[in-house]
Formats: sequence, structure tokens, C-alpha cells
Amino acid sequence: MMISFNLNGKQASADVAPDTPLLWVLRDSLGMTGTKFGCGKALCGACTVHLNGNAVRSCQIPIGSVSGQKVTTIEGLAATSPIKKAWIALDVPQCGYCQPGQMMQASALLAQNKKPSDADIDAWMSGNICRCGTYPRIRAAIKDAAKMA
Amino acid sequence: MENIKVPARRDFLKASAAVGGGLSLGMYLPLGSRVAEAQAKTSSPNAWVKIGTDNTITIMCARSEMGQDVYTSMPMLVAEELEVDVNKVKVEFAPPAEVYINALLGGQLTGGSTSVRDAWEKLRKAGASARMMLIAAAAKEWGVDVAQCKAAGAMVMGPGGKKATYGQLAEAAATMEVPKEVPLKPAKEFKVIGNKAQKRLDTPAKVAATATFGIDVKVPGMLYAAVAMPPMIGGKVASYDDTRAKSMPGVKAVVQYSRGVAVVADSYWQAKKAKDLLLITWDEGPNANNDMGKVWGGLKEASGKAGAVFREAGDADGALKSAAKVYEATYELPHLSHSPMEPMNTVADVRADGATIITPTQFQQLVPFVVAGATGLKPEQITVVTTFLGGGFGRRVEVDYAIDAAEISKAVGAPVKMLWSREDDMTHDSYRPGGYYKVQMGVDGDGKLVAYRYHGTSPSISARLFPSIVKDGIDPFAVEAIDNFPYAVKNTKLTYQMHDTGITPGYWRGVSHNLNAYVVEGFIDEVAIAQGKDPIQFRIDNLEFEGEKHKWSGLSAGIPVGARLKAVLEGVRTKSGWGGKLPEGRGRGVASMEGYNTCLACVAEVSVTKNYDVVIDKVTFVIDAGQLIHPDQAKAQVESSIIFGQSACMYGEITVKNGGVEQTNFDMYRVVRMNEAPKVIDITFAENNNTPGGLGEPATAVVQAAIGNAIFAATGIRLRKMPFTPENIKGSIKA
Repeated sequence: MMISFNLNGKQASADVAPDTPLLWVLRDSLGMTGTKFGCGKALCGACTVHLNGNAVRSCQIPIGSVSGQKVTTIEGLAATSPIKKAWIALDVPQCGYCQPGQMMQASALLAQNKKPSDADIDAWMSGNICRCGTYPRIRAAIKDAAKMA
Repeated sequence: MENIKVPARRDFLKASAAVGGGLSLGMYLPLGSRVAEAQAKTSSPNAWVKIGTDNTITIMCARSEMGQDVYTSMPMLVAEELEVDVNKVKVEFAPPAEVYINALLGGQLTGGSTSVRDAWEKLRKAGASARMMLIAAAAKEWGVDVAQCKAAGAMVMGPGGKKATYGQLAEAAATMEVPKEVPLKPAKEFKVIGNKAQKRLDTPAKVAATATFGIDVKVPGMLYAAVAMPPMIGGKVASYDDTRAKSMPGVKAVVQYSRGVAVVADSYWQAKKAKDLLLITWDEGPNANNDMGKVWGGLKEASGKAGAVFREAGDADGALKSAAKVYEATYELPHLSHSPMEPMNTVADVRADGATIITPTQFQQLVPFVVAGATGLKPEQITVVTTFLGGGFGRRVEVDYAIDAAEISKAVGAPVKMLWSREDDMTHDSYRPGGYYKVQMGVDGDGKLVAYRYHGTSPSISARLFPSIVKDGIDPFAVEAIDNFPYAVKNTKLTYQMHDTGITPGYWRGVSHNLNAYVVEGFIDEVAIAQGKDPIQFRIDNLEFEGEKHKWSGLSAGIPVGARLKAVLEGVRTKSGWGGKLPEGRGRGVASMEGYNTCLACVAEVSVTKNYDVVIDKVTFVIDAGQLIHPDQAKAQVESSIIFGQSACMYGEITVKNGGVEQTNFDMYRVVRMNEAPKVIDITFAENNNTPGGLGEPATAVVQAAIGNAIFAATGIRLRKMPFTPENIKGSIKA
């Protein structure tokens, strides 16, 4: 069935089964491959996007429930955002695969907590796995981004 | 697709010689026999640098970028001598070609912490050759001597204010003779190499999320494949019923391939949903009843065999009998999964007259050969394109998933993207082999180490993947970090016993350094403490400074490196605050190692709760890796290795039941998360211009031993078994 939603400020629609996860609609139907597949079970956070401003795991969101809602992906996070600027300044990514999810999770943190403590960062970011172990730089980049915002 | 260019079949080398009618300059080849042979077969004079008449400069990256920074460090080496701004060059991943063979590994293969080591001279000479040819072209054009010309900023300057861009000179330079003598800059003139402010060239694309990983590839007419593979290692499809799967929307075909059954559909989700409806009967194969009782029972039983001697001096057995004191221990180390974040995948387009394979691989050179075997095509009919890799850690040295995708594409007659689920990935990995280790140390009445006996029993990875390198029962990749045992003991006997556990063994970041360094450094700690000595001073006092070459350590320094190890141990003693008072339940542990010609010493500081939960408070490393190419990313590799090693020693364990791997996803195979990473990481590199050592892997091994020794310091509990779960720590308390 045809489902329409707001994707990064523009109308998007896809003709897919309503139980199709948002992740696969983004990647396969709409060609937005910045959002990554890591585990399919909301265990790793690689597929994190914003749904109406909240960080969610797009592998767990059936597209049917997204109809008429507002979705922001890594492609919709401005290049001038403090998060992207801080990520570049500290050369955070190694393989880079988990980083879109990390950046979407981190930007949702800064949206509701202007000056996160280490404990806040731990609590907010521990659902996002990075096998390259970029955690120290992610932590530092979140703090730098908070200062920029 | 950014960064990824799919060339027309077989046209790659031709294309590389003719970019904009410009210059494509040849590579320098060292005199290794295998590589020299390769040179004779290579038609392209220079495979590393392409200069277009429009002054675009492209540097080929012949190693796979999986996070370790080859996309920047390799071009930096070329740019240093080519005299171009590395931030302005384009980087392209190289196709398989003999010129790109890694001389340290004998294949176009990314692994063994060898990328920089192999490239160190080769790529600087490639850059210098290109520069010399550009200068020669300019000198000829201007009718002046080459000595009157110099290159800087992608331009050649001559007398009287003459100048020309590389682009203007490219066509003429391509006709110049490739220089035979290629002098290189001394270290004091480096501008690019060692630049602490250099940024990664792939960061912008990775932050914008436009970098193309294998999973992101899309080609015209492409279908999506989800697969069902046997749950037991070594199983096969006996029969299957695809009635329900075939009736699902979007499904184009259900095909059996060598390893399993694939559902091919218009989208991945359609394929995946239909795959879940397949009814498959498995031929369970020889490992059907394998379980951990059999795995450990088998390893222990095999450890009763004599094994193959890989290093021996004096009479260790005799000296143990006459020693004043003999210490002994056994260590049990588990199997581990790679679990990179990007699950295995490949896009394959197999046609009657050729195939294109687009894949995140560490071993692109092997792909044409195995795909040829699987499709009936000839290797030269197969084009391979390497994407960015969403983690590798050794998993992507294996080419199994490229074969699978090729078989599926051939069967359906269309381009196919095969993507594994996390469950497919974790249960069809090749695993860091587990091992069982027996070790003894004899000490005389004066406290001098007089006898060392080491007997390791583990599966051989190379016997499975590269049997030709296994000789006399010894796999060089099984004796890493023990063949180069760093302590001076007069009587030593070191042996290795190969044993298959029924769990497919694979190369895993640091390979057997992780196993042997844990045993060597854990046990030397035991002996130091039993002798009432300070663990750092005891190591320093017993280092071997001179001695015979190590026979098996192909990727290590190959000789005793006591002076370098002493320096890093002394360095880490100072940097870590070693000896300073710590509160109850907190402790520091040390470990050191030489691997990949890099010397490392680490102090881990941990807190252990009453419930035996471990917090890593601080990790301090002092490292002598020789000349650093890209210092910030050298540091990033150590940060990465620390956390990768921490995941292994704190949580990692793959187990089998009914012949299959029990862990299926990150809820069952735990890895370090943000809140568990070390609170403080402090990394110091020795500053020198010595030949670079490898850095992608060795810290992974060292940190694990340091953490184990720190837990002992905090609790008095010696851990001879991983992972360091509360259960295993409690279980290790001496009765």
C-alpha cells in the first residue's frame, strides 16, 4: 500500500507492505542508504533515525505507523550541525558504519540536554555499538558539539 | 555512489594508463622473488598515481579501508614524495592486480598489520618516481637540466620563473623513462609523513553518510537475496519446501546454492520475510553433536600429545627437574566472533561472458579465482570492486560470501545483492580459535629463571585457509607472541599441537598474539609475584637482549628486542603512576609484547566490585612503532584495539551446541558499549624515525593481559580462563 510521510522536510512515499520496517523503506525504496542495518533487533543502534524528533531504531518501526509522521535521517541532519562539525573536527569515524546511528542518537541527546554530563552520555549512548571502539572520540565530540550549540 | 567506480569489465588497467590522456606512473617493486615475477606480468608501468591533463591527481589505495586509515595513510606516503597536497588528491580503491600484492603476505590482502609496513618504501618510491618523471618532462620541454628544476605543490618550477602544473606535464611525463635510482627524502624533510594535524580523507564522506559500503551498493536491475544456511557448522541442505516462501509478494525465485537456500525478491524485506517461511531439512554433517564438553575435552586430550617443537634451547625438561622451584599453570581461552557492524554482503552480477563482484573484502585478489570456480567463468572475466568495509577485523579475509552471492546471481540470471542478517553473520563466522595452554617455569635457588616449557593446543587457521604455510605441524599464525618469547631463559622448549574443535577457525584481529601473549604475560606475572618481585621490574630484569633469530614469527621483528621492550616498560611505569597507592578493590596490571615489529607496554587500572563486576578505570600504553605516518590515526588504532581487546577478555565467548553456534546477536554476544569503555585512555608513542611497525592489531592482545593482571592485583584472583565474567572470576578463586 502507498504510505506517505515527511522525510527530511520533504514529502516521501513508498508502495510497500505496512509491516515493512522504516529502515528498509529508507534504504531500498527511497535509496537513502545513510541509515545502516546492524542487528535487526534494536540491539546496536546503527539504524537510528528521528521520528517526530525522537531517536528511534528504524529496524523496529513498521512503515504503516509512520504514515503522516516526520522522519529525519542522517542525510537530513545539516552539515552545519554541531554534531557533524564536531565529528569531523575530531575524526571520530574509523570504519564509519555505525556513525550515522551514533550521530542521530547524539543529536537527539543535545536537543533535550544542552550540557550532558559523562553519566548522561553513558545513559543515552550505550544502546549504540561501535566495534571499532570510537567511544572516547564520540564522547569528546558530543561535549564539543554541546559547546558549539 | 561516491568513492566507488565500477569500471567496464577488464578495462581497468587500460583505463588507468589513459586518464585524460595523462600520466599513469609505474610502481616501484622490491626485489622479492614473488613480487618480481609479478612485475614481469604487469602491463601497467605505474599503478599508483594517475595525473589527468586537468591536473586531477588520483592515488590508488590498494588496501581495504575498514577503519584503520589506509585511505589516508597510503596516499600520505605517495604524496610526501610526489610533492602534492594530500588533501587535494582523489583516492580510489585499486582493483585486483599483481602489482598491488602485499609483499609481506604474498597476496593483495589487507591484514597482519602490514599495510604501512609493506607500503613504507614502495609507495614513497612510487611517488618519487612520478615526481622525477614530471621533472624530466619539464626539463626536456624547457631545454634545461633536471637539476635546475624542482617540484612543489603539484607544479614543476624551473630557471627564470618557468613553471608548469603536473597536469600540463602529464602526457610528456608518461613518455619519460621510469627512473632506476629513486632516492628518498631523509626523515628530517618529511612534511606529510608524521603530520600531527593531518585529518582523515574519508571523514567527510563518513560523516555525511555518503561513503559507500558493500551494503549500500545498487546496480541496475538488482534483486535482493536473503539466505537460509545450516544452523550446524558443516551442515548441508538435504531437502526444502519453498511453497509458502514462493507465494510471498515480491519473490522472484528460490534457489539452492552450495551453502544453503536463497530467496530472491524485489526488496530485502520481502526476501527476508519469505525466507523465514522456508521449510528446510538439514543434512547435519560431521559436527552435528558437537558441544562445549566435546570442544574442551578434545583440546585437553590433544594437549596430551607431544606437539611440534617450534623453539628450543638447552634442556628444558631436565632443568625443570633440577630447578629449586617450579611454577605451572594451565590456561583456557575461548572462541570469539568478529562481528563487524556491517553484516556480510556482496553484490554479484554473473552473466554468460563475465561477472562483476562488488564486495567489502580484505582479499580482493582471491575473489576472481573463487568466483571463477563457482561460476565456470575464467578469473580474467571477473571484475572485482572493493567498497568501504563496515569493519573487518579479519572476517573479510574470507571470501565465502562473495562466492555465495555469485552462485545466487548465476542461478537467477540477474544482479543480486545478498545480505546476511546479524544472526547469519554471527553463526557463520570464522572464529578466533580457542586454545588450551600448559606452561611451566623453573627457578633456581637465586631466583633466576632457568627453564621454560610452553605447550599450546589450538586449531590451526592456516591449515584451513593457507595450508602451504603450515610446515612440520607448525602454523606460523598459531605461534605468534610465543615464538618470540621475550625473556631470557637458558632452557626452553616451546611446542604447538594442532587440534580441530569443529568450530571453523579464522584470523581475528591480532590472531594468536591474543592467545599466546595472554598466557606468556599472565604467567610471567604469576612467577614475578610468587617470587615477591615487582611485575614491571621483574620483566625488565629478565628480558632477552641478544639471541638467535626467531624461526617462525614471519610478521614480528624476528630477533630479540629487549632494549625496545625495556624502554616501553620503563615508559609505562612512569606514565601510569605505577606503584601509587590505590583504594581497596582497585589494582594495576602490566603486560608487554613485541608484535608486527612494534613494542608495546600497557598498564591497566581496574576496580572490582564485591559482585566481581570489573570497571576499567584507566589504560596506559607506551608504544614503539617506529616512524608514525599519520600520528592521530595511529593513536586511533590503539584506542580501537584497547576496546576490541576489552570486549574479548571481558565478555567474548562463542559456544556451540548440537554443532551450531549458540550466540546469534548482540544480546548473546556482548561487546563493550559506551558506558563500559575505559574511563581514561593514555597513549604515548616513542618518537623516532625507525622503520614503521604494524599498529592495527598488537594492542588488542596486550590490553587483555594487562586487564587480567590488574584484576589479580585488585582481588588476588588469578584468571586463567576468559572471559572475565563475574562467574568466571568467582570460579577462579583458589579453593
